[in-house]
Amino acid sequence: MSILVNKDTRVIVQGFTGSQATLHSEQAIDYGTNIVGGVTPGKGGQVHLNRPVFDTMEEAKKAVNPNAALIFVPAPFCKDSILEAAESGIELIICITEGVPTLDMLEVKKRVDELGVTLIGPNCPGVITPGEAKLGIMPASIHMPGKVGIISRSGTLTYEAVKQTTDLGLGQSTCVGIGGDPIPGSSFIDILKLFQNDPQTEVIVMVGEIGGTAEEDAAEYIQNNITKPVISYIAGQTAPAGKRMGHAGAIIAGGKGTAADKITKLQECGVHIADNLVEIGSKVAEVLSKT
Amino acid sequence: MNLHEYQGKALFAKYNLPVSKGVVIFEPEEALKACRDIGGSKWVVKAQVHAGGRGKAGGVKLVDTPDDAIEFARHWLGKKLVTYQTDSNGQLVNSILVEECTDIDQELYLSAVIDRDSQRIVFIGSSEGGVNIEEVAENTPDKIIYEPIDPLCGAQPFQARKIAKILNLNNAQTKQFVPMLQNLTKLFVERDLALLEINPLVITSGGNLHCLDAKVSIDSNAIYRQPEIAEMHDSSQEDPREAEAARNDLSYVSLDGNIGCMVNGAGLAMGTMDTIKYYGGNPANFLDVGGTATQERVSKAFKIILDDPEVKVVLVNIFGGIVRCDLIAEGVIAAIEEVGVNIPVVVRLEGNNADLGSQILSQAGVKIESINNLADAAKKSVELAK
Repeated sequence: MSILVNKDTRVIVQGFTGSQATLHSEQAIDYGTNIVGGVTPGKGGQVHLNRPVFDTMEEAKKAVNPNAALIFVPAPFCKDSILEAAESGIELIICITEGVPTLDMLEVKKRVDELGVTLIGPNCPGVITPGEAKLGIMPASIHMPGKVGIISRSGTLTYEAVKQTTDLGLGQSTCVGIGGDPIPGSSFIDILKLFQNDPQTEVIVMVGEIGGTAEEDAAEYIQNNITKPVISYIAGQTAPAGKRMGHAGAIIAGGKGTAADKITKLQECGVHIADNLVEIGSKVAEVLSKT
Repeated sequence: MNLHEYQGKALFAKYNLPVSKGVVIFEPEEALKACRDIGGSKWVVKAQVHAGGRGKAGGVKLVDTPDDAIEFARHWLGKKLVTYQTDSNGQLVNSILVEECTDIDQELYLSAVIDRDSQRIVFIGSSEGGVNIEEVAENTPDKIIYEPIDPLCGAQPFQARKIAKILNLNNAQTKQFVPMLQNLTKLFVERDLALLEINPLVITSGGNLHCLDAKVSIDSNAIYRQPEIAEMHDSSQEDPREAEAARNDLSYVSLDGNIGCMVNGAGLAMGTMDTIKYYGGNPANFLDVGGTATQERVSKAFKIILDDPEVKVVLVNIFGGIVRCDLIAEGVIAAIEEVGVNIPVVVRLEGNNADLGSQILSQAGVKIESINNLADAAKKSVELAK
């Protein structure tokens, strides 16, 4: 078992013929991901990476019946692509693109929720179930199949957590990058829920960062609903207030969203804290040894 | 991206929102014509900087004669205004807004933000204006209303009437407030705002609603489709190194410490700063070189980091995901040679081909400490910075 994606997931790539999409689709195919085709408006009928290209999601849905969409289109077109995928009847949409306008996401989020479609991202590394399927831009080599479920707002920080758990021989069930934007398609809570119900996942690592209250909300949810141990690391303990730290969502505004507040709340709710980035893996091992 | 008050008010005027008659000036001598064009016998002169707290810092003044307006402009233009919201260097004043004087009966508060929890644009209103709204929220939460706007339906009149109750508006003022709220929502959505704040929104002595201040911030991700607003960008209000980084598509934030950081990924960049602090050091900056750490980008990043005279050591932390670490190593060496780095550089490479990358670094003629373990690399940087 795993969550969201596995070897049977039938993936359609939107913006398939672009350079980034091509690079990452090639790697995904090498990894064994079942990419069934792609969509690039105006290029329907072509063959790319030995897979069919369609003009619209509707055509793709009829011809190759995908159940997950992976989006690489440029930010100005993401709203259109996400909505097109959602309306086509796809169950899972993963949007990698960074820089989507926040107001676009307000509308998109409302619509995908109405349709009951799961959206991951935008501005995220994607989702990987080690040994089965890679839908994203993460480096395959650092992952190994195992028991740690990882959720993160940041790409490279996820890789740190992955590498550390791989080095300790723990491996990962599924790793989900929910993205660093203020309005993410899925929250920590949405993914925690899935990991709780996944038998392969024995322990959950939640990598958060400054800005917003997603970690605080997750903390309360964990206290009331999650029986598996959760380890958390929060980035941005040294970040100044009022400055956007790279990610659109990573800003301490009006005194809210500090790392200290998040850590306090998580601890109150029984979450184990890795004080230091380099200690995520060892903290997981320590917690597991006590259970 | 933030706008100046005069730019925000120009936008307000386009959306039929009541703002004072005003003229922006860039030279002291223009004040005379500005006062005459506005008319009347009293004017308010306001230094334009991207920071609040201008009044208390002397950046806002009521004047009775055009000569006083000229004098105020002479005093401030080209100088830096320090307020409680700026750093100790302050913000450069390169324009002054001259406005007609408004007689105030009451000060209220109105703002709109994108609220992450409700995933809506939310209006925040309070009968307590002209003060710090966080304090009002803390001390008298019943005097504040939060009203979310549905992204598809937009602001409805009943929502304006709800807010009007908390603002204690009378019937006539409520009638003014309904189109005001709808126009503000229209402005927010059409111009891709991230924040708008009217503090204070006032009731004039004539009993009318009036926007006395306008703080407007635009979603940086949406600037590409807001050409008119992109033109309003004033880079003099930003840290010069941050502005230079932004021009090169690098994300940089200046900090107080002496360990320069170059990292790929925003989360890891924050994590690296924290790790330095954890081992007793102080980061000089946040810098995300992005997913593709090419030689060109690394060179630019080195230049920006080294422009900070406080920096005593540079810690490069790259998690080579898709990019191969041996290529990054070659890029770092070439960049160091190109830029001419005279201080110690600690490089931590992890991920694809990390060992080969370290080997290349250790064999290079330049002075680089290659340490693959992040904890050790951070400790070494802290030691070298002492």
